[in-house]
Amino acid sequence: MPLTQQDISREIAERSRAYTEAGQIQHHPARDYVPYRSSLLRHPKQPLVTVQDPEAVELSGPVFGRTDVTELDPDLTGQHPGEPLGERITVTGRVLDRDGRPVRGQLVEVWQANASGRYAHQRDRHPAPLDPNFTGIGRCLTDDEGGYRFTTIKPGAYPWRNHGNAWRPAHIHFSLFGNAFAQRLVTQMYFPGDPLFAYDPILQSVTDPAARNRLVAAYEHDLSVPEWSLGYRWDIVLDGPAATWIEEGH
Amino acid sequence: MLPTPSQTVGPFYGYALPFPQGGQIAPAGIALTGIAPAGPDARAITIHGHVHDGAGEPVPDALLEIWQPAPDGSRTGAPGSLRRDQTTGGYAGRDGVTFTGFGRVATDPDGSYAFQTLSPGGVPYLSVCVFARGLLHHLFTRIYLPLPGVDWESDPLLAGLDPDRRRTLIAEPVAERVYRFDVHLQGDKETVFLDFR
Ligand SMILES: [Fe+3]
Repeated sequence: MPLTQQDISREIAERSRAYTEAGQIQHHPARDYVPYRSSLLRHPKQPLVTVQDPEAVELSGPVFGRTDVTELDPDLTGQHPGEPLGERITVTGRVLDRDGRPVRGQLVEVWQANASGRYAHQRDRHPAPLDPNFTGIGRCLTDDEGGYRFTTIKPGAYPWRNHGNAWRPAHIHFSLFGNAFAQRLVTQMYFPGDPLFAYDPILQSVTDPAARNRLVAAYEHDLSVPEWSLGYRWDIVLDGPAATWIEEGH
Repeated sequence: MLPTPSQTVGPFYGYALPFPQGGQIAPAGIALTGIAPAGPDARAITIHGHVHDGAGEPVPDALLEIWQPAPDGSRTGAPGSLRRDQTTGGYAGRDGVTFTGFGRVATDPDGSYAFQTLSPGGVPYLSVCVFARGLLHHLFTRIYLPLPGVDWESDPLLAGLDPDRRRTLIAEPVAERVYRFDVHLQGDKETVFLDFR
């Protein structure tokens, strides 16, 4: 029998309760989160091996520069001859390390579904319309304050096949580089007040409520542009070994 | 400050993250002419393998990122991995001379991947970050190369692993300058994954 939302919601509640009882703060999702069925065969069962080596290559990382992005890349609404359908938005914020220092000149990549909740990806079979004026890919380099800014449209919610009647809340996928490879982060940004939050095993895989809140952007009226777009702010803090945020970086 | 949590890369990153020549870390110009940038051997090596899940099935939607020192041991990297074409806005491909130290390859439908690079200077390993649908948090591992004169006991990570686990991190030579490295996300042959503190 296919799993229902009730089954999944019960598992989510169980994991949430177990997290509270354990009383230890976890900022990241566990890799084995049963309600997200794809994690079952794809998480290691052996504990991770800790590396505390000041000479580790992972304490340095790739760099990107002006040859790696074009000026049009941060505007996902300007990549086709016509305007995409949907609610035009600006998403902006800063990329910081755990010491609060800006991550400068690093690559931020985003991808998302269109306003109807469909990805411009061959394997996305959701019967919602593709938008010939929207691909859903953007990238930029952070500025001297660690700032990034994208102009895009608000993505739609979409169904997926984790269980019966499974819907993802609207989200934008983000990929971030820090000053060290060990700070690498791929994550998702959500929109405030989405009624699907409680039902979504991917968001709920972050069992700490405060950490989960950090995945939700803030609507900021001063970022909205009259007669043009709505503004959201989302700051990102990269995790990583202490060595990457205690020493003076570059 | 408290970190932003990780979330899965999902199934649909394919048109956003991979880029042409993502696996061509070895600059074509240097590799073809055999001009050593500073290292002992500037000829390209190929590393390939499969990514498997806990049932032994291929993972057709994994993304591997590679980061490594240049052959001269420098770890500064260089821009230009995703070099863009100013006329079309598309990818121009790497410039053929710059060693950026960074590569990115997606697995094929059969779970296979391949990339070309130059041997890293100063260390016998390449750093790898694995992303996939189903992985809520990426996984770090390393590809150790059985290069001449390398002593595993002198490596701080390998020295502390028992032989069965250690074996999962060492690439197997399969032909001249070609190595095989499989990633097992789970199971008997589960790869050693790393946590940097
Ligand atoms: Fe998505």
